Amino acid sequence: MAFASSASAAGVGACLITKTDTNPFFVKMKEGATAKAKELGVDLKTYAGKIDGDSESQVAAIESCIADGAKGILITASDTKGIVPTVKKARDAGLLVIALDTPLDPIDAADATFATDNLEAGKLIGAWAAATLGDKAKDAKIGFLDLTPSQPTVDVLRDQGFMMGYGIDVKDANKIGDEDDPRIVGHDVTNGNEEGGRKAMENLLQKDNTINVIHTINEPAAVGAYQALKAVGLEKQVLIVSVDGGCPGVKSVTEGVIGATSQQYPLQMAALGIEAIANYAKDGTKPKPTEGKNFFDTGVNLVTDKPANGVKSIDTKEGLAKCWG
Amino acid sequence: MSQIQEFEKVLSGSDTNVAAFEEHGKSFVKRAQHFLHSTPAAVPLIVLVLSIIIFGVAIGGRFFSSYTLTLILQQIAIVGILGAAQTLVILTAGIDLSIGVIMVISAVIMGNCAITYGMPTILAVLLGLAAGAACGLLNGLLVAYMKLPPFIVTLGTWNIVMATNFIYSANETIRDADVDAQAPLLHFFALSFRVGSAVLTAGVIAMVLLVMLLWYVLNHTAWGRHVYAVGDDPEAAKLSGIQTKKVLMAVYTLAGLIAAFAAWVSIGRNGSISPSAAVTDYNLQAITATVIGGISLFGGRGSILGTLFGAMIVGVVSMGLNMLGADPQWKVLLTGVLIIGAVAVDQWIRKVSV
Repeated sequence: MAFASSASAAGVGACLITKTDTNPFFVKMKEGATAKAKELGVDLKTYAGKIDGDSESQVAAIESCIADGAKGILITASDTKGIVPTVKKARDAGLLVIALDTPLDPIDAADATFATDNLEAGKLIGAWAAATLGDKAKDAKIGFLDLTPSQPTVDVLRDQGFMMGYGIDVKDANKIGDEDDPRIVGHDVTNGNEEGGRKAMENLLQKDNTINVIHTINEPAAVGAYQALKAVGLEKQVLIVSVDGGCPGVKSVTEGVIGATSQQYPLQMAALGIEAIANYAKDGTKPKPTEGKNFFDTGVNLVTDKPANGVKSIDTKEGLAKCWG
Repeated sequence: MSQIQEFEKVLSGSDTNVAAFEEHGKSFVKRAQHFLHSTPAAVPLIVLVLSIIIFGVAIGGRFFSSYTLTLILQQIAIVGILGAAQTLVILTAGIDLSIGVIMVISAVIMGNCAITYGMPTILAVLLGLAAGAACGLLNGLLVAYMKLPPFIVTLGTWNIVMATNFIYSANETIRDADVDAQAPLLHFFALSFRVGSAVLTAGVIAMVLLVMLLWYVLNHTAWGRHVYAVGDDPEAAKLSGIQTKKVLMAVYTLAGLIAAFAAWVSIGRNGSISPSAAVTDYNLQAITATVIGGISLFGGRGSILGTLFGAMIVGVVSMGLNMLGADPQWKVLLTGVLIIGAVAVDQWIRKVSV
């Protein structure tokens, strides 16, 4: 999807609403949106929740945008179901609403969704792990470090995507934990941070200390898991894969802490979102989803310095050039 | 020459015993209640032993191993140290909602000073400790001299410190590899010692030593008794010559300093330094350990050893439920039951009629 850049977007108001303004991923998103808005002359206001999961601030932000007379809203929703009625209000008032990174539930509650294909991200690291282990893949011991007990969409897609890529029967693809493959040691939750990653890894090692593959929801959780492994001298025995592609995460790949990670592009998502709002303001055109998908795919790359046969990847040098945060 | 007056002669026939309460014919329950009243750390200790036994029976040798039990200690070291800080404050009938975020900002300051600004690591640690103490001092000033309620003060500073942490750090994580390369001293508390299959980290040892030290100070120094006195009845404490304002100031400052010390320990455990940790509910976890440990929220009652047992109880329960494969929500539910149970027991013990 290539937009004709229009310099006639002066005076068009747009809003960017993120989950928090502290997570580097959203900081990068804000940078991308701000730069593009400046280029097109769009008047951008940014809002964020106080913490991840703070939906109330996001509702208030949408209401402010409607009152402000903005033309469009870009939102990464904290509560993908709960925000829907408020989003409907905005669309009824004639605003273009684009979900960034996190699809709403249902996905067509927004006019469009610009996101990473998280299932694809999971499949890439799963396929890489299986190819890297080779013959040993069929009797591996695999642990899963997921996000939160509530199993948000992104968590399910990455976790189940990994299994598909690795060659594990996922049973219900919308559910984590219903699989019966004997190679699975267990799942634990990390809250996506170092401390949670460490604790979850310790818990899984308690279940089975012969674990040799770990899927992690994001790089901070992966780094925490590595700490737990290092503490018991098992860091050489375990292959860790992750998703995100933040700069600290890519550096961890360089150092061999993480084997491979799927990189996503928040800056791109936000920039495309601003362009879409500018175009909508100009002539009412709405963005179209990627062929064969119900959202616009902003791309994902596997980053690793140990490429595996049959899995397309880029090296950490390129990964660092494209990383965020 | 008058005769020596012998008014007091009659005294030789009188009772020479000191006034005492009679204790006979007491029921077992009364005696138990009296024992618990005089040894406040007994209840959490009993609960701790019981929970270890219950999970030990339910799970078997894998749980009841020195490795698992010492792993639990590693997992609670940070909350245990924060709980010690919280205990001091709660003993004065206050509460500190800000210690969790004070810990995080201190860790970020230590990391930035050592790695981003390239200072000598020992200086970075001292600056981090000073920052924690300064936050505590601010709480102390507002509580003791402005006479504001501790709950309100620390609710305010919690928000202020959390926001400052994010603004100052731009939420950039300092990576484990960089800490290792440039400031290995920050990882000091990750040092581990093996005894058979037991693994103790320097962080666990620091927690135990700190609690022992505070226990001694609280029970065997004048200042320590002043802390209890201020919590029990500030008016009476003031009338008996205790400088209550100074005691309060010192307690909040010390709590901030201990929180900063917990920061150093947490860098050892987590490897990297992440400002995002400010949204983790460390202060609530510390309050939980304190309450389950039998420290009375009304002030002036409880033993800091109880806090250590309280933190261990939470650790044992969560590890036990993990190993049983329970849904994580059960952990949360059971923690809630323990909190309410602990306060109910505390109230029952207070009714003791000695």
